[in-house]
This record gives sequence, structure tokens and C-alpha cells, in this order.
Amino acid sequence: MNNFEKQRTLLIIFISVALIYIARLFYLQVVDESYVFYAQNNVLQEQTIYPARGLIYDRNGELLVYNDAIYDLSCIPDQIKNLDTLEFCRVLNMNKEEFISTFARLKRQKGYSPWKPIVFQRQITIPTYAAFQEKLFDFQGFFVEVRTDRKYKHKNAAHVMGYIGEVTDRDIEKSNGYYRMGDFIGISGVERIYEKELGGIKGTRYVLVDSKNRSQGRYKNGEFDTAAIAGKNIHLSIDQKLQALGEELMQNKMGSIVAIEPKTGEVLALVSTPTYDPNLLVGRERGNKYMELLKDKDKPLFNRPISAPYPPGSIFKIIMSLMGQQEKVLTPATSYGCHHGYLFVGCHAHGSPLALRGAIAVSCNAYFCQVYRSIINNPRYKHVEDAYNEFYKHAYSFGMGHALGIDLYGEGPGVLKKATYFDKIYGRHRWQALTTISMGIGQGELGITPLQMANATAAVANRGYYITPHIVKKINNHANPNPAFNTKHWTTIDTSYFPVVIDGMQDVIEHGTAYVARIPGIEICGKTGTAQNPHGKDHSIFFAFAPKTNPKIAIAVVVENSGFGATWAAPIASLMMEQYLTGKHDTRKALLERMLKGNLTHRNDSTATKTK
Amino acid sequence: MTVQQPKPSRIDWITLMLYYILVIAGLFCIYASVYKDIHPNIWDTSENYGKQLIWIGISSFVGLMILLIDEKFFYAFAYPIYGITIVMLLAVLVVGTTVNGSSSWIEIGGMRIQPAEFAKFGTALALAKFLSGYNVNYEKDRKVQIISAAILILPMLIILLQNETGSTLVFTAFILVLFREGLPGWILLVGFMLGVLAILALLIKPLYIIIGLSVLAVLFLLLVRRTTQLIWLTIGTVMVAGLMVSSIDYVFANVMQAHQRTRINVLLGKEVDIKGAGYNVQQSKIAIGSGGLWGKGFLQGTQNKFRFVPEQSTDFIFCTIGEEYGFAGSVLFVILYIYLLFRLLVMAERQRQKFNRIYGYSVVCILFFHFVINVGMTLGLMPVIGIPLPFISYGGSALLSFTILLFIFIRLDANRVNELRGAYD
Repeated sequence: MNNFEKQRTLLIIFISVALIYIARLFYLQVVDESYVFYAQNNVLQEQTIYPARGLIYDRNGELLVYNDAIYDLSCIPDQIKNLDTLEFCRVLNMNKEEFISTFARLKRQKGYSPWKPIVFQRQITIPTYAAFQEKLFDFQGFFVEVRTDRKYKHKNAAHVMGYIGEVTDRDIEKSNGYYRMGDFIGISGVERIYEKELGGIKGTRYVLVDSKNRSQGRYKNGEFDTAAIAGKNIHLSIDQKLQALGEELMQNKMGSIVAIEPKTGEVLALVSTPTYDPNLLVGRERGNKYMELLKDKDKPLFNRPISAPYPPGSIFKIIMSLMGQQEKVLTPATSYGCHHGYLFVGCHAHGSPLALRGAIAVSCNAYFCQVYRSIINNPRYKHVEDAYNEFYKHAYSFGMGHALGIDLYGEGPGVLKKATYFDKIYGRHRWQALTTISMGIGQGELGITPLQMANATAAVANRGYYITPHIVKKINNHANPNPAFNTKHWTTIDTSYFPVVIDGMQDVIEHGTAYVARIPGIEICGKTGTAQNPHGKDHSIFFAFAPKTNPKIAIAVVVENSGFGATWAAPIASLMMEQYLTGKHDTRKALLERMLKGNLTHRNDSTATKTK
Repeated sequence: MTVQQPKPSRIDWITLMLYYILVIAGLFCIYASVYKDIHPNIWDTSENYGKQLIWIGISSFVGLMILLIDEKFFYAFAYPIYGITIVMLLAVLVVGTTVNGSSSWIEIGGMRIQPAEFAKFGTALALAKFLSGYNVNYEKDRKVQIISAAILILPMLIILLQNETGSTLVFTAFILVLFREGLPGWILLVGFMLGVLAILALLIKPLYIIIGLSVLAVLFLLLVRRTTQLIWLTIGTVMVAGLMVSSIDYVFANVMQAHQRTRINVLLGKEVDIKGAGYNVQQSKIAIGSGGLWGKGFLQGTQNKFRFVPEQSTDFIFCTIGEEYGFAGSVLFVILYIYLLFRLLVMAERQRQKFNRIYGYSVVCILFFHFVINVGMTLGLMPVIGIPLPFISYGGSALLSFTILLFIFIRLDANRVNELRGAYD
């Protein structure tokens, strides 16, 4: 190899290296585009801007739920320097072991990075926050993040409002990644059903960060940022004053009150007792308090008015009266005698024989057993099943046996059996009216939730139709757009059959079983019920609407294991109606006193929870 | 004898121009890589770019001085300069300051310098002087070969003791110089083969390599005319290769430190470790790759600016070029650099004096080695060895020593016309 060749060899080596490097550059910079993506991943950080959650008002515009700032103590582990651990623990009111274990827990968390902010302690108290803020300079690497949580102005309507909490993995999955770990979401009640409206839309801000995750300014001057859209404010149909009174009257009792405005289907009050203070399910103690409520033997979390089915008892006689007429087996003039009962169904002492209106007023069991028998054994139908199916159809059209579709979570369907159910038990065509006679007086295979009772009352008050009961009246000051809340559901009963029944209901108040519920100057139509149940003392039930013409309120009250409908349910309903119609409830002091003082907690356990 | 001042016309202006283009480009890259909105002033001497500007000034001054010195000075003082650099290297072992894990720095009046950088031109001068002596024949004389090797190995050993693997490896560049001076080409080839074998040893179990080599040897012997000598030679080769492969495997597993093993494994693709040892290379590739065809523009490179690339103003400075100027800028840079090397190669070959030629080749080979390793490392083609990119990387010692290295050669080259007249001998 001569010298020229040696020089040539070196030159070839140089040029080969240059060509190899250029080829590599071509691959990295021009061919493989993934590096552009990686680079963006490196520097672009997506920051979420949380919108304010919508506020909740009552029907009269009174604020019920608002947002309250909460303080999360966060840190960037890498930036923690010269920490006086003792002082830090003193301010946070924790001991050294907790401090160490908290850090160990953080390090185990998914996606932990010493350069990323991480929540050290959620929702520190305001005094802690204040103490901490003073010492912030001593605690390098720590900072406080502000979020909002719910705050409830009154301790009423916990079951209506529901509560919010941190999202679960399933929520995140279902939302296609919209929710992130630690976000709040409505878990029950209106908060859950109207999560979309209340929650608003999160905004995003793109920030450039360096390798230590320190912010270096906006990305392209915020060109790609989206603003957060605040949640919509909601007006409930609930009347806060009525709701508060209902809860007061029901204190120390188990049961429900549901009040509906018949013309609109708007729920005016929805009381479930025992209840709880919604402010319990707020803040860092939420989890513990929730477990306490869950373990409480009185089941305060159970939403009785929409999910607990009760035997309706005598209030079902109203529906029977309408069905009988529709099926042409009953006229207002039809009379039956009563000799303290009908077969094995007993009855109390009253005049006999009675026509329809009188039978309603005194709630004659024998009369309505006869009516039931004539409906089921109606010769117009070849088989008992066909006749029973008519019965089923009529009851169904009043909203029984199915969930009505109220805008609350956890509504139950109640109990209303089809003919096939009895076929299975007794055999096809092998049963008749007497087999199921107790249904005629609202016992047996019947279960109706208080909401369904109130809804049926509203249907009677409207002389033949109801509108799906609902809780939310307005969203962002516009009427609730759900079309179901604006549609008349007609019952199968002809309007002409209502007046006589309604007259009977008025008699119940004027001189019948619910005389106690009478309010001078207001025409109330109602019906008491005393529902037997296999688990203990009878449930006291009452439903009513008022005034008789142009009804403004339809109400159903159930007081569990408390005896006659007239003893508890009717007076409570009466006080509620008075409050709603006149704005006062203290004109009958003795009655009010008796209701407020009535303590039925020593009575035996709730049927509702057991039947559930 | 009068001092021969170089005439301006005899200075190789192209080389000088290339030098300044690279140095200024380097300054802009350093500025871009440490740029912060709060320190936009390029004259700010508290920042790397301001300091580099001062070093450019110092280097230019030293360069000018070198051009004004009589060229015979370097020939005459080659050994003393070599001696001084060796003493400085030894001094580091005693009074060295540790920076980033390598104890190769020495502090003189607040200035930190790295003697290992200066040992490069010291060694180049000594080697050139030794090989250009009377009756010195590298090709034939075994003693000459041994002494040459000793001149190279002495500084290498001391630098290795300073824990500066990168700088130690730079001295292997002199093999190319020796190749020009008569080291047989087959040694280069064997060296290359050994390199391949070494990489194979890290990838495959030694036993398989030995089996493979044996099969190849048998096939070779079946195909050629067998002589007893050839048979023994083949058997010997296989045995030596086998021994080497086994010992590389042993050294890798038992002598090397864990982080070195990981680096090599990551480079060879045996380990994927994006967050650990592979992080630097991955981030470097991301920075270069995200530059695209035309780059993001001056000061627009987010990966460098926001410190995703490690050592972005020193060892990984090429990332800034790749990210901000894209494929176009990178290719232009590679061409410029190779053109400088080509220019120096032409200059070295045109020297009439053996001393000048050997020194010139040393300059070319040292610069080339730095270029190959440094740029290859940022592209993920070479292991992560911390050596700077000459003229571009931030670092006073490095810039000054590369300037001295280059300018001595420019000075020697400027005198080649005088040599024609015989003024030299």
C-alpha cells in the first residue's frame, strides 16, 4: 500500500462515517415521525381547569346547595428540602409514623414521580390551612391546592340532593377518560342524575414544562386551550319550607311523605325518615361517615318514598271504586250490606247497607270485597285471568307496578302481580276472586311506594291523568327539557267516574275516618289506610289532595308501624297541606304538638326494610 | 538564523475560516441550549455562552501567538511540552479536583483546566518528533515501534487512573497515524475483526462463538491447499480468538462496573431502559428526531431548552443542531466537519517534513475520533462516552487545547514553502 492509497483509505473511512451518520439522521428526522410525538409528550403538559359545579335552589329560588373551597396539601417530592419534620408534623397534627407511612404510600402510587405534584393530604381543615400558610416558607416543596366541595345550607332533603364523591375506576372507564382520578362526581340523588348539567365541562390548558416538570409558560400562547364551562344551576321543584316541616313532623318516626303538584307532576316535598344531615357526606370524613350511616340499623341512607313498597291498605279502595265503575260492575247507587265484615275479612261498626260514597267515607271492607269480587268474577270475561288482567291494567295506569321514571336514582317498581303469577300458584283457571280477596282492600299481593301513592292521588285529583313526578323544575332557568315531564299519562278510567269517588273522599275528611285532618276553609279529599303487615304493627297511611276544585297539592304519608291511618298519617298530611296552601301550619297547636312530640322509634322494626 | 514569520498568503485561510465557522456555530448552539428568557444577553459571562465567548477570545489570542512563533519552536520543544503535559497529568492524581465523577481537573487561580485535553497535542508533538528523527524507520525497526507505543501508552495509563475512559480512548486514534507511517494494514483489519469479535462476545455466549469459529476454520482448511504451517496457524487463531472472547466475557461480567455494563447492554439493544442508562440516548434521539427536515428554528428547540437532553451544552451539543436546524442543518454540519478533516488530510499529505506530516495526521485523527464518537453517541450509534465535539462543545479547556492542536499545524503548514528552500535543515 503506497502513501497515496493510505491517504485514500483514511478518506474512504471519513466519508463512510459521514454517509452512515447522514443516513441515520435521515431515518431519525425524516422517516421516523414518532420522535416528534415523543418530544411533545416531553414538554406538553395538559392541565385541567375545573368548572364550578352548578348551584341548587328550591322552587322559590332559595339556595340549597353551594360550593365551598377545600384545601389539598400537595408536594413535589424532589423539591422538598431542609424539612423540619417535627414542626411539619406538629402543624399537620400528625405523628412521625404517620408522616413516614404517608410518604411510603405516595411512593407506591401509580405514576409516582419525584418531579410531579402529588397530593400529600386531602382536604386539610381551615385552621390547619391557616397555620400551614404561615409556615409555607419553611416547608419547601409543599403547597396548597384549592378545590371545591359541596356545602348544604339546610340539613333537609338529603335523599333528594344526594351527594358527590371521588370517581371510581368504573366511572372513569364509562366516561371514556373524561374523569380523572380524584375528580368529583354525583353519586346519588339529583347530583347523580343531573351530573352532566351540574358538572359543567372541564377546560384544558397546555403548558410547556421542562425535564423537572417545572412550568415554562403557555403553549403557543394558549391557542389550543379550552375554557372550563361552569355547571348549570338547577331549581328543584321542592318547596324548602314544606320539606323542612315534613322532616320535622316525621322526626322520631319511620316513613315517608311525598307531595306532588298534580297539574305539573312537580314533587313539592319528598321526606324519608330516618334521614341524615347532607353535610355529613362532605369533606375528608365522607368515607367514614358514609360507612357509619350504612351500618346504622335504621338505614338512614335508604330512600323510602321512592323504593319501599307498602301494602296500600284502604287507600286502594279509591282505585277499586274507579275500576268497578269502569268495568260496569259498580254504580254510585250499588249498595252492599256489611255485618262486621265479609267472610274472613273483618270490618268495624258502621251503618249498613251503604252506597258507594258512604262506603268510601267509612271505608267499609265488606263493600270493597264485593266490588273486587264483581270485578274479578265479571261474567263479561270468559276466564278469571282476563278479568284480573283488566284489574292489572287499571292499577298499572295509575302508575302502580312499575317505576314511574322520577329523576332520582333507585326508584323501585312496587308490587303488582300479573295473572300468570296466580296461575303458577293455583293453576290455570283454578283461582277466582275469593282466592285473592284481600287485594280488594289493598292487602295481599300489592306493594305501592309512597311516590306511587302520591302519584295515584294526583291522578284522581286531575280526574284521570298524571304527569311523571319529577324533582328538577328548571335547569339554567329554563323548564326541565325532559319531554316525559310534560306529558299527560291518561289512566284507563273515564273522567265521568271520578266525581262520586272524589265526593266520597271529601266525606272522609268532613265526617268520615279522617275527620282529624279537616282544615276549616279548605276542601280536602283524602282516604286513610291502615295497612296490615306480617312484621309488626299496622302502617298508618293517608293520601289526599286539596283543594277539591283546581287541586294544588296531592300528598301521601306513610308512618310505619304506628297504627290507624287517622292517628298519624292523616294529621301530618293535613299540616303539610295547610303549610303549602296557606303558608302556616300552627293554627292547630295541639295537633302540631302531638305530631312533633310523637316518638315511635321504640316500635318494632320497619317493614319496608324487611320487604326490601 | 532569523525567525521566519509566516507570510499571510501562506496561512491556510480555508482551514482558519472553517475553524471560525464551527466555533461561532458552537457558540450559537450553546446559547440556544442554555437560553432562558431572563438571561437573553449573549455577553452575560455568568452563563455558559458568555464564558465560552471569553474562551473564544483567549483561544484566538493563543492561536495568534502560535502563528507568530517560529515553527522550529515546536520541533525543538516537542519533548519538553510532552514532559510538561505528563507532569500535569501526574499532578492531577495528587491535587486533582473531582467534577462529575472524573478527577481529571486541576485548579489554577480559579480556572479549572483538564490536562488530559492538553496531553493530546503534547503526545502528537512527541510522536511526530520521535518518528521524524534520523534513521528512524517505523516499518522495519521493532525498537521504534515499541518506543512509539510507549509514548502513546504512558499518558493513556495516567488518564485511565483519573477515571476518564473517554479521553483515554481518544489516544487509540493514533493507530491511524501509525498506519500512515507504516503500521501494516492487516493490523488495522485484525483490529477491526477483533472489535467485531468483542461485540459478538457481548451478544452471544463465548462457547457458541468458539464453535462457530471452529466450523469456519474447518471449512477454510478444506477449501485451501493445506500446509502444516497453515493448519497450525488456523488452530492458533481459533484458540487465541476463543481465549479473547472468553476473557472479554469474564471482564464484562466480573471486572466492569454495573453502570458500564448497563450502558453497553443498552447500546447493544440487550436491555431496554428508557428511564435509566438509556434515558440520555433516548432523549438525545428525541431531540434530534423531532427536528424534522428543516428544524424548529433558532431558540425554538424545546427539548434542549427545557433540559430534557442531558449535558446539552457539552457532550450532547449536537442535539441542538439536530433539533433547531433539522436534517438540512445536520447534514450541512456533517459535511462542513468532514470537509475540515479532508482539508487537514490534504494539508498533512502535502508536507515535505516528516515531523509536520505526522503531526498533521495526528490532528486529523484526533478530531475524527472525537467527531465519530460524539455525534455517533447522540445518534445512538456509539456508546455514551463523555468526550466533547471539538470547537462546538462548551468547555474552556477543550476549546483552548483543540485550538492549540489545530493552530500549531496551521503554523507548520504555513512554513512548507520555506522548507522547499531548504531553510529548515
